[in-house]
Amino acid sequence: MLSLFVSIPFLSLIVFNIPGKHSTRLALFWSAFLFIAQSALALLFSTGIINPVARQLSRIFIFKLSLDPLSLLLLLSIGVAAFAALLAGNNLFREKSQKSNFINLLMVAVIGMNATVLAADLFSVYIFMEIVAVSSFVLISIQKDRLALEGAFKYMVMSSIATCLMLVSIALIILVCGDTDFGVVASGLCAQSGNPIVKLAIGLFLCGLFIKSGLVPFHGWLPDAYSAAPSAVSVLLAGIITKVTGVYVLMRLVISVFGINPAIQNLLMLAGAVSIAFGALAALTQHDFKRMLAYSSISQVGYIILGLGCATPLAIAGAAFHFFNHTIFKTLLFINAAAVEKQAGSIHMDNLGGLSEKMPVTGATSVIALLSTAGIPPLAGFWSKLIIIMALWSAGNFAYAYIAVIFSVVTLAYFLSMQRRVFFGKLALSLESVKEAGAGITIPAALLAGITVAAGVGFFWVLDKLILPIQEILR
Amino acid sequence: MAMEILLLLGLLAAALWTVMTTRLLRSVVGLALTSAVLSIIIFRLNSPVAAVFELSVCAGLIPVIFITTISFTQRIAKSQIQERRRERFIRFFLLPVIVVVAGLALLRWLKIPALMLPAAAGETDVRLLLWNVRHLDLLGQIVILLAGAFAVVILFKEPRK
Repeated sequence: MLSLFVSIPFLSLIVFNIPGKHSTRLALFWSAFLFIAQSALALLFSTGIINPVARQLSRIFIFKLSLDPLSLLLLLSIGVAAFAALLAGNNLFREKSQKSNFINLLMVAVIGMNATVLAADLFSVYIFMEIVAVSSFVLISIQKDRLALEGAFKYMVMSSIATCLMLVSIALIILVCGDTDFGVVASGLCAQSGNPIVKLAIGLFLCGLFIKSGLVPFHGWLPDAYSAAPSAVSVLLAGIITKVTGVYVLMRLVISVFGINPAIQNLLMLAGAVSIAFGALAALTQHDFKRMLAYSSISQVGYIILGLGCATPLAIAGAAFHFFNHTIFKTLLFINAAAVEKQAGSIHMDNLGGLSEKMPVTGATSVIALLSTAGIPPLAGFWSKLIIIMALWSAGNFAYAYIAVIFSVVTLAYFLSMQRRVFFGKLALSLESVKEAGAGITIPAALLAGITVAAGVGFFWVLDKLILPIQEILR
Repeated sequence: MAMEILLLLGLLAAALWTVMTTRLLRSVVGLALTSAVLSIIIFRLNSPVAAVFELSVCAGLIPVIFITTISFTQRIAKSQIQERRRERFIRFFLLPVIVVVAGLALLRWLKIPALMLPAAAGETDVRLLLWNVRHLDLLGQIVILLAGAFAVVILFKEPRK
């Protein structure tokens, strides 16, 4: 049954592109149905209502895939973010051909992300990460304007460097372990952990993944790519793509393949803490709405990596929960940025103000997202940050726990500044005629805000069904 | 062994020429040469199928695509060529030195007596391997080709007037 997560989007992509007359609307509805079904299935698997290895279906398409609670959380996140991006794209792209191209590339990216999450082989993970990367380059430059092409080019160059590093690392791993299967590689690396070739291979792979995750000091491409991409693409890029190809793969490989040791832990915690601090401080100084959100992403990904580096079962669960929360609230914030850009014609925060009056749904959902990002109770972001900080404290990493707390306050500061400059205050005369962006934007925004509130209020259910089971992957 | 070292030195020289030369066409020739030397190395390592792929795709098809693209470009003035050559030399003259020093350092650092390499896998028919073992990767190859096709259509198609 797991293979269906890859096969059905693949077959859909083929059907969408059979020569002849096609309805973009039908492709849109089918894609929306697929993404909702994916999220629903992931949720039903987590609650145990459906068994993910249902035998009848598994005989139809057989790929060597594996599923655990972390993959389930990722499938859920991919489904939700892809659904939100699909609706936003349908609203924001005007020409029919652009809508159709966007749906096709989104489907390619979803195939790549689902397979990356479900694959249990290093080389397969590499191939599907590349699929996501290629679709991202094209998505960023889909409107072919100069800034977008420049952003896509920077992303492509950095991504290619990451690819080279990972490919060399895979070659070294094959040299030492003779295979690329996660289990074989894990035991091979464990048996030769003191070997310099093993250290070099792990170091190269980690560098590649740091670039893909946009962690400091490899973050240079991220603000340009996020801010130059069309708004619907920014939603997808910031919401899920960089997290799956960078952060998820980093989590998976560190936990299940490379193994956790003090050197890797120190490296991850240092990179996480520096990213938290740098991202938050840089976000404070931004005037462009999307660039501010991009730097905020760097900072929030830092929290996930900090939790991963702490490496206790509680910290891993906290990191995974923050991953999910960050997907939801960052997708929401980029959708709001898209709404503002479309309706007000600018994302320069100094030219905006008072938009809450004219765009009440966008303004209200933005408040929910920012409070969750800053870790204000009882929203979902509060719980995930609390778990990470508690885990850091109980593992004796006091300095990192202090950094996490202090920069939560800085996060609140830059988001309140954004909210004041964009949504509160006096409405500029030029924005008198602005109105809400339409159902294609407000529905996904309301849905994501609802998930943020529900995951916070129903935290104990989420903890029991989705988050705590993730601890088992450490065993 | 001497042959292997000679081939590796040839590979390094061709690769450096590819990235250091200021002329695009020469760079493409250098790339083809690098791939050709690499195919010989792969062939000598008993992987004839991989060697054929390397030779036909990387030394054959890709340079043809590059040359086609270069044929659409225009020459720049001689003074600009001189200027760029100077800039390039200042920027990149350390590259070969860094490559050689890094290679020597790695060689020294990676001298490990206790490296236990796994036994070489038995010869498997590449077709069986692709279809029976790596079929997920095969699907990945198809999807990446589709993504490439979308890229060409989206980025290079001129809108109808």
